[in-house]
Amino acid sequence: MTSAMAGEATRIDGEAAAREFAGIVEAHRPQIFRFLLASTRDVDLAETLTQECFLKAHRNWDNFRGESSAMTWLMRIAINLEKDYWRNRRLQFWRHTRTNSVDLDEASEWLPSGERSVEHHLIAKEKVAQVWRVVASLSGRQRTIFLLRYVEELELADIARSTGLSEGTVKAHLSRAVNKVRAEVKGKSR
Amino acid sequence: MTLHRDSEDMSQMDEALEQTLRDFRSSAHAWSESEYSRPHRPVRVYRTSWRVAASWALGCALALGSVAGGVYERHHVKEQAKIAAAAAARQHELDAERRIENEDLFAKVDRDVSREVPSAMEPLAQLMGDDSTE
Repeated sequence: MTSAMAGEATRIDGEAAAREFAGIVEAHRPQIFRFLLASTRDVDLAETLTQECFLKAHRNWDNFRGESSAMTWLMRIAINLEKDYWRNRRLQFWRHTRTNSVDLDEASEWLPSGERSVEHHLIAKEKVAQVWRVVASLSGRQRTIFLLRYVEELELADIARSTGLSEGTVKAHLSRAVNKVRAEVKGKSR
Repeated sequence: MTLHRDSEDMSQMDEALEQTLRDFRSSAHAWSESEYSRPHRPVRVYRTSWRVAASWALGCALALGSVAGGVYERHHVKEQAKIAAAAAARQHELDAERRIENEDLFAKVDRDVSREVPSAMEPLAQLMGDDSTE
């Protein structure tokens, strides 16, 4: 009788954990996908890595202690998966001769026109294309930090937790990345 | 918007750069939403790094093994051919030497055999024979 009750309690706990995890997936999947898409500019790759991220998170869900937010934890997994992917890709140079990344100008095509005039919209699109070009030229770490800050709008402390860096290092990388963007945008607009 | 809210990195930004970064963010969000709402396609499977490394190492080892085996076999055959050629040349020399020795021997025997008693000495030889019978 006691073991049956314990079994039932375990089953209920398992179901609750599964429901909780399903909620996490629903809430954070678009954000993880967006970060990976902006980072890789490859839709297929972003989908694959997002899937792997949640698969890994599911396997380790029991170990998640809630010391950071679920988003920070998931973002950290996604960043590590992306790093692993680029590392593996270097080893697989003989397999991948072309990349599926979309063109940098194509990425800027997605800018909503809002209430701007056509001319202003075109100027804005050109500037956004410049930012995409700078982002593509940044180091992996700078790109990650820049995207977490200006696309995902994470606080510096959360970026530090997601990347495993100190806040000071995050600030330094961010400052360098922003300076590069500023130089590109101002340089071209002159 | 958070971009306005805090952080030292934004404090020195001019309005134009802020606007560009907001547009950049909007473009990333719009692109992501558009791709995310599409029906999901089958995803590619990426092998994990240890499998790639192991297959790469195994492939290298097999390639090196076959190349090394081929080179060794070729070298071995060449060496064998060299040894056989040297042995044949040596045998040929020995045969030639032996032939010359035999020819010398035959010539010597012929010389010895052809030495006959002159006919003028025959009576004396006969007498010597008679004396010995007495």
